[in-house]
Amino acid sequence: MLLEVRDLHVEFRTREGVAHAVNGVGYAVDAGETLAVLGESGSGKSVTAQAVMGILDTPPGRVTGGQVLFRGRDLLTLPEEERRRIRGAAIAMIFQDALSALNPVMTVGDQLAEMFTVHRGLSRRAARAKAVELMERVRIPAAAQRVRDFPHQFSGGMRQRIMIAMALALEPDLIIADEPTTALDVTVQAQVMDLLADLRREYGMGLILITHDLGVVADVADRIAVMYAGRIVEQAPVHELYKRPAHPYTRGLLDSVPRLDRKGRDLYAIKGLPPSLLRIPPGCAFHPRCPMARDVCRTDVPPLYEVSPTRGSACHFWRECLDGSAGA
Amino acid sequence: MAEPSKKDEQPVGKVNVSKADGAGARLEDEEVAAIEKPVQRGEPILQVRDLKKHFPLTQGILFKKQIGAVKAVDGVSFDLYQGETLGIVGESGCGKSTVAKLLMNLEQATAGHIFYKGQDITKLSGRALKAVRRNIQMVFQDPYTSLNPRMTVGDIIGEPFDIHPEVAPKGDRRRRVQELLDVVGLNPEYINRYPHQFSGGQRQRIGIARGLALNPEIIICDEPVSALDVSVQAQVVNLMERLQDEFNLSYIFIAHDLSIVRHISDRVGVMYLGQMAEIGTDEEIYDHPTHPYTQALLSAVPVPDPDAREHRERIILTGDVPSPANPPSGCRFRTRCWKAQEKCATEVPVLAVPERFKGTDSPAAHESACHFAEEKDVVHAA
Repeated sequence: MLLEVRDLHVEFRTREGVAHAVNGVGYAVDAGETLAVLGESGSGKSVTAQAVMGILDTPPGRVTGGQVLFRGRDLLTLPEEERRRIRGAAIAMIFQDALSALNPVMTVGDQLAEMFTVHRGLSRRAARAKAVELMERVRIPAAAQRVRDFPHQFSGGMRQRIMIAMALALEPDLIIADEPTTALDVTVQAQVMDLLADLRREYGMGLILITHDLGVVADVADRIAVMYAGRIVEQAPVHELYKRPAHPYTRGLLDSVPRLDRKGRDLYAIKGLPPSLLRIPPGCAFHPRCPMARDVCRTDVPPLYEVSPTRGSACHFWRECLDGSAGA
Repeated sequence: MAEPSKKDEQPVGKVNVSKADGAGARLEDEEVAAIEKPVQRGEPILQVRDLKKHFPLTQGILFKKQIGAVKAVDGVSFDLYQGETLGIVGESGCGKSTVAKLLMNLEQATAGHIFYKGQDITKLSGRALKAVRRNIQMVFQDPYTSLNPRMTVGDIIGEPFDIHPEVAPKGDRRRRVQELLDVVGLNPEYINRYPHQFSGGQRQRIGIARGLALNPEIIICDEPVSALDVSVQAQVVNLMERLQDEFNLSYIFIAHDLSIVRHISDRVGVMYLGQMAEIGTDEEIYDHPTHPYTQALLSAVPVPDPDAREHRERIILTGDVPSPANPPSGCRFRTRCWKAQEKCATEVPVLAVPERFKGTDSPAAHESACHFAEEKDVVHAA
């Protein structure tokens, strides 16, 4: 296993109290595999990734438990210096907003070249040549000229390509992409996702794709982990999950997306709102919004039940849900 | 349509009006009467003709010299029928939000006309314009910045009544606001709360309640659900559909999410670089698109169905959208189009039913601005 997250807990100390952002998340990614982490805002999907990368804002954030095993070594116990060597070289991250993730007063060439001078000790000239090569890899036209441009001189799609180039620079084993195409238009999104999929295949990297878009997940992921209120509520191979969800939240999400290929009348709406992380409901966090909720859901936190050797669902009544979705 | 008098600030019915002012006031009365007249369901309520908005590009500090213009909207025409939802889709920079601002008269059009019940609102002023504004309201994208954080919900929703007191007399306002809160599914007791006490979806409901306050006929929604989470998005979309039936509203629904637009719209217009590329019913556009840009756009939308991965054709466009300050000659899409030929560089394609489909009852027989319009289903898996 390339990366394995075990029972991760993250808290934020805020003025109003302790926000439980991540409450026992576990997932694993293998080399060459794409895992999608799906969730709405506040579900803890980005915080988990930040904890894995070791870029959590501490304070107010704090990892209170769990392990992050990268090739069997627990990253959480490593000294900062060693983590820094892994960050960028072995695990790289792509952020949503390329304009704020890139340095506005450095040319993109210098930013790309920095990766090689700092991590690989290359000379400036050699690093610059590498930067141009990378920009060509991510299909930026006229790379040799554009290497001297600043981030604001690029379009949104091109900026995101530069982010990808930077993540790829040191040929990492794992890339974590946090909503990499959310800020982009659909045609540009298609270009960028296409590129990312090609490169992932070419380099044989593992990819963790964090997103809220059920369409993007269906397009690229092998496996999917659905998060709600800081927990994983369902984990499954992507085809199985879309065909027969085993958690009422997943089913609700799938039913509430309008479809491009058919008109359909009323959208199914999950009632209510996602819970505040300061006051997560007892028992199953989804029970106040769940159409299937019963007494046991209000008191007992459901573990991740094994649905099949490759699937898990954190619902006391996953069997019913699975059968219900087969009939639907 | 004659220009209304410049002196329309003068209250009507004043004793010593000069002859010219009297005529102006009478004209204004006629305009107001036309605006207040109801429109039958299925009749056009808004007609946009060759609408243009060019933002000047200037150089120099003291002596500003115009060196060009950003053609944000460059010749857009469409009709909105009473009771329908017209979706407008397109990518960032295509001019869809500028169209919304022009329809609201928040921007002055460079050229073209917007007829609301036959009255050109780009030329109206005074009482007639005020009457139009009462009837065309807007719901904005960002529920976080479009509500004043220092005003209570009651003040936000009731503010339109300060400008149009005839809709709700002073003593009646609180009750009206509570009614509106109830209509959009919020607790009427929240009237004294502030925006920050609400979630994103609830704030968007407040924005919708404000849009409904004056009993408008048209609501222009500029990306009303794009800032919301999927589960909340469905709630707001369902609410908007219910309100449309209940209050007989016509919507212009501007969004970049093509799936949502299909869900809510009766007809859809696709914009590219300041112009309308294709317009038709939702079925005509989504199941039988004829413009290459529409086809590329639709094929790029990811569908929540992993089985579609292998079976759907993807048209990946190359390059970026050209600058609207310097659009390509002829057809604006030709620089990225796989069908482009010489004709496309020299002749501007008009938005019309393509010659080959004219007179047929094929769903491909809808307006499309392409010299080589051809039907192609890109949405459904082969």
